[in-house]
Amino acid sequence: MMELDEIDRKILRALAEDATQNAGALGRCLGLSQPATWRRIKRLQDSGVITGRKLDLDYEKLGFGVTVFLGVKLATKGRVSLEDFERAVTAIPEVQTVEHVLGLFDYRLRVTARDIADFERVLRRRIMTLPGIGDVEANVLLSEERRPGPLG
Amino acid sequence: MLDDLDRRILRHMQNDPNGSLPDLADRIGMTASRLSRRLDKLRESGVLRGQRAVIDWRALGFEVEVSLRITLDKTQTRAFDEFLAAARDIPEVIEIQTFLGRVDVRLSVIARDMAHYQDIYRSRILTLPHIADIETLMHVARIKSEESLPI
Repeated sequence: MMELDEIDRKILRALAEDATQNAGALGRCLGLSQPATWRRIKRLQDSGVITGRKLDLDYEKLGFGVTVFLGVKLATKGRVSLEDFERAVTAIPEVQTVEHVLGLFDYRLRVTARDIADFERVLRRRIMTLPGIGDVEANVLLSEERRPGPLG
Repeated sequence: MLDDLDRRILRHMQNDPNGSLPDLADRIGMTASRLSRRLDKLRESGVLRGQRAVIDWRALGFEVEVSLRITLDKTQTRAFDEFLAAARDIPEVIEIQTFLGRVDVRLSVIARDMAHYQDIYRSRILTLPHIADIETLMHVARIKSEESLPI
């Protein structure tokens, strides 16, 4: 586990906002030299704290107006059915994330669709036909914000 | 409006978000300066909001991740606003989503271990305003997390 100091935390916060900033520009904001900043970024990457970059796209402008979270309960359980379900569900392009959870549901899926009619198609043809699928609960996403997290 | 080239650029960037601009330009078969002009346009139109570094909280010692599905007391007209404002003040809340459905709000909460989680839950979460009901989902594993659009 990596221990962060105040400057590491500032670098992380800055890169979580905009990962395209280079070490020179970022260093100037923090009063650090370009090589010192670069070394810190490299250390954060090498230790696995920064795992990569992610594009932040406006889904609606790209024609994907609906995001639905599905809570899925499996009807039959056992090691084989979990694997079958996971393999099939990850192959669906509209399913963006699959999380294995404990609690009311077994899995939590994030599904993107062009509109409600498109979502209904995905739900009927792709989701409800998954091997071992049981109860499904749907919640339509209205708003979403990512927080900086405990970076003091 | 997006054209085919915009879509191709975004597809490539989604598949390899860590690639450099010259590499990307190479793969698409355009010059870096033309690509960067296209990207500026995508940013101006708001389609491309930015690129963010992905933080692995486990590597920082946050071993526990919990989804709290919360139903609010909607008889209070300001329930949503007041709840969200208070939830933003909790540093361990890394994601806030609002829904249309059986659940009103979902919070993603991270903690160092179960004792730490219990402390956050009791002292910060349960004291949030206008909660009618809370359900908890504990994260076991992320099976798929590409969050890429079928553009």
